Amino acid sequence: MLLTLSWTLPLAGAILLALIGNADGKRDAMIRWTALGVSLLVFAVTLVIWARFDPASADFQFVERVPWIPAFGIDYYIGLDGISLLLVVLTGFLTPIALLSSWEGVEKKVKEFSIFILALEAAMIGVFVSLDLFLFYVFWDAMLIPMYFLIGIWGYDQRIYAAVKFMLYTMAGSVLMLVAILGLAWMHSEATGAYSFDLLKLYTLQIAPETQTWFFLAFAVAFAIKVPLFPFHTWLPDAHVQAPTAGSIILAGVLLKMGTYGLVRFAFPLFPAAAHLFAPWIALLAVIGIVYGALVAMVQPDMKKLVAYSSVSHLGFVVLGICAMNVQGMQGAVYQMLAHGISTGGLFLIVGMLSDRRHTRQISEFGGLRNVMPRLTAAFLIITLASVGMPALNGFVGEFLTMLGAYLWDPRFVVVAGLGVILSAVYMLSMFQKVYLGEVTNPKNEKLQDLQPREWASVLPLCAMAILMGVLPSIFLKPMEPSVKKVVERVQTGAPSVRAGASPAAAPAIAAAQGR
Amino acid sequence: MTMFSPELDAIVPMLCVTLAALASMGAEAFRGKNERLPIGGLGIVGLAGAAVSSVLLWNRSTVGFGVIQADNFGLFVTLTLVVVGVLTILFSAPVLERNGIPSGEYYSLVLFSIVGMMMMATASDLLVVFVALEILSLSVYVLTAIRREAAGTEAAFKYFLLGAFSSAFFLYGIAFTYGVTGSTRLSAVGAYLSAQALSSNPLILVAMGFLLVGFAFKISAVPFHMWTPDAYEGAPAVVTGFMSTGVKAAAFAAFARVFLSAFEPFKADWAPVIAVIAALTMILGTVVGVAQTNLKRMLAYSSIAHGGYLLVGLVAANDVGKAAILFYLLAYSVTNLAAFGAIALLGARDRANDELRDYAGLWHTHPALAALVTVCLLSLGGLPPTAGFIGKWYIFSAAVSAGYYWLAIIGMLTSVVSVFFYLRVVVMMYMSERGTSEVPPRVAGIGMAALALSIVAIVYLGVLPTHVLNVAAASISTIF
Repeated sequence: MLLTLSWTLPLAGAILLALIGNADGKRDAMIRWTALGVSLLVFAVTLVIWARFDPASADFQFVERVPWIPAFGIDYYIGLDGISLLLVVLTGFLTPIALLSSWEGVEKKVKEFSIFILALEAAMIGVFVSLDLFLFYVFWDAMLIPMYFLIGIWGYDQRIYAAVKFMLYTMAGSVLMLVAILGLAWMHSEATGAYSFDLLKLYTLQIAPETQTWFFLAFAVAFAIKVPLFPFHTWLPDAHVQAPTAGSIILAGVLLKMGTYGLVRFAFPLFPAAAHLFAPWIALLAVIGIVYGALVAMVQPDMKKLVAYSSVSHLGFVVLGICAMNVQGMQGAVYQMLAHGISTGGLFLIVGMLSDRRHTRQISEFGGLRNVMPRLTAAFLIITLASVGMPALNGFVGEFLTMLGAYLWDPRFVVVAGLGVILSAVYMLSMFQKVYLGEVTNPKNEKLQDLQPREWASVLPLCAMAILMGVLPSIFLKPMEPSVKKVVERVQTGAPSVRAGASPAAAPAIAAAQGR
Repeated sequence: MTMFSPELDAIVPMLCVTLAALASMGAEAFRGKNERLPIGGLGIVGLAGAAVSSVLLWNRSTVGFGVIQADNFGLFVTLTLVVVGVLTILFSAPVLERNGIPSGEYYSLVLFSIVGMMMMATASDLLVVFVALEILSLSVYVLTAIRREAAGTEAAFKYFLLGAFSSAFFLYGIAFTYGVTGSTRLSAVGAYLSAQALSSNPLILVAMGFLLVGFAFKISAVPFHMWTPDAYEGAPAVVTGFMSTGVKAAAFAAFARVFLSAFEPFKADWAPVIAVIAALTMILGTVVGVAQTNLKRMLAYSSIAHGGYLLVGLVAANDVGKAAILFYLLAYSVTNLAAFGAIALLGARDRANDELRDYAGLWHTHPALAALVTVCLLSLGGLPPTAGFIGKWYIFSAAVSAGYYWLAIIGMLTSVVSVFFYLRVVVMMYMSERGTSEVPPRVAGIGMAALALSIVAIVYLGVLPTHVLNVAAASISTIF
């Protein structure tokens, strides 16, 4: 029940808010506090789940299963392993921060804003806990709706373009995945006589290598767009730059992870043979993305856009780690997902604070902020260093592990990816220097307020988490280790048996179906 | 349990609606000059009777006079038509009052065309299908022009001319079928053809082709869709909603019945043709829909595209496909009718308010209505958790399990494109500033209630589809 509670609670909160009448905006404060309260409660639930989670087990825990559409073997089937556990906790952690970040930035239609944030949280948690592919797809697509509204209504000037682009890009990728999901379920019915969307059953399905190729591509494109992997990244800068701060935090912090999570949970273990075939190419795209994202970030005049492109670069490391298909790489990838969620969430948060104060995000408009807002500068420095990957902060562990994993697999990728690490130091630190160091050059910046109590409440947890993840990574690595090993094992052992041609039922059936 | 004689039982649902139609004609005739009568209520009573009798007939496969087959398939469509009828009446009430349309003749025409639709869904003889087709078509032609203004009359005339044309094709098809097989009964035709399946008689292909064209006109499949945008745009919004759902449901039911029973032995001949038509219909409907600025015209193209999705189910023609057609018809009917109903509610006496820009900033003035319309549009676009998503998933499952991956992929991609134009309405409503157009400050309560009811149905079918899916699956297991 606990796991169901984790996603129904925010949904119930959203419905509750919808019932509060607020046509004249008089109850805005109450609505803000209610939404924050609900999101904190959800965070508490995720923490309780973590506390009760057995870190030694690689199995799915808190499993709940109720038939949903029995005729097609579709169940309401949810559960957590070490990988999804941490992502669920991350979601629970970032949502209150997102709500806090928009306390003053969002003035119009506060009720609807809070509803969409909570609905989004429900769908995101749903994506991470689904063990039924149909259920997963429902959450995956449903999540687009609140995000679309968040960008489109509360975003900046080009918000409509960005919102529609975000929606169409993501949908275009995911519908092909739906066809592949349907194909999988049908192959299961050919092999066993019953439809099933049960992930664990589909893992055991023997699929002919050629079919794997097509299905893998359908899944991989959907996830690559979400990550986003170069060259599918073009929606991201638009969406990030136009989204309101809360939207950017959630988009960078959680939504992008769905792509990489999908690769780890679905694309690679479901189609191991195809994964082996495509891994070098995906890794190549990832490495191109690392360098490309970093280079483009270097020349951005807009802070938000800079952070957005840095995401393309950082997510490249995650994908590289996944492609290595060994324990170090995978673990590093998952760790980097969490670390990126914290540090990029923090960057967007603080950029949002500056933008709320000055209504501009151009780097050239700022300078010498250290003199007027030392506390904010300190917080930004911590987050910047975390993002750059300085040892003892969260970014280092993830990058190190992914590069280690990639090195064990193919050192050539690491050489290029290492370049990305250096470049990230260049663009992040140069932005820091231009915005915060030196003298105050723009008179408009002289009277800026330093961190307010409410802002402290949102910045502090992020900084604390960045340090904690850097100093004591084992807290986070331990619960995920058995699950990661299991995924790696599945990817590694699944492939040869398929290569040997052990596909008794599926292959002829498909051939027959296509010949019909 | 027999209600009357076994022969009569099968037509009881139709009788209920016919009586309601006659009663509303009578009520109109004897109405005092300024007397207001709840004539729509008569219609709802008749439709409720049809619903109850359909439920009682369930699982009994009654045959009436050898030509009406009240099997579960037909009854499922009948029930869908009852839903269409009830929602149409609810949405019509405020519109009739606003535009001063005499309610007696309006409702009796609606009810008569529903009778035709129900007959078409249950007919098991080609000639009865034709008679049913004419009953429903003639009523709908008149409904299209019920406002007696230039646009409506032009639309009705176009619809009538092309409809007559398609009826002629259909009759030719029947004639050829009779010429080859010596019967118009579907069972007899099917038996004859399956005996002859190996020897190919070109005349039967001609017959099939004519029938196909006739049906394709009625479901507005490409390239026989030309009349649709004009007719849909010209008719009053609520009538458009009615004909884009009811006519389509009835025509599809008959289409499926004829091609999946009588012409089943020639499936290898017609399936590829319909597959191509389905692909073209999906593509054209969505691509042209993108360019529209009038909401009614946009939804007209969208309903063309939805016809294409339904054709995919027909092409797949396995058990999943047949059940998927039924489920999709229900999901689509509720959603599309609700969308047109919302347009109708926003219209004013002197202007239709159906341009896209009329919806600018609707959220600020009508938040509830905007939210309900959004759910309709998301359902039409096939996003979870709505009925439209389950429907599309079901249809494309059928396509995939029949090996038509390419159709599933085209369907999926076109549905992404369609989301683009549905979103334009959402953008207008939520993300644009209030325009200059004058939308009525308050919309009628009964219309909002109908809209809310549809939304409940859409979400119910989207979140808990099991029950209806099972009923749909059971409906097709008894026949074909």
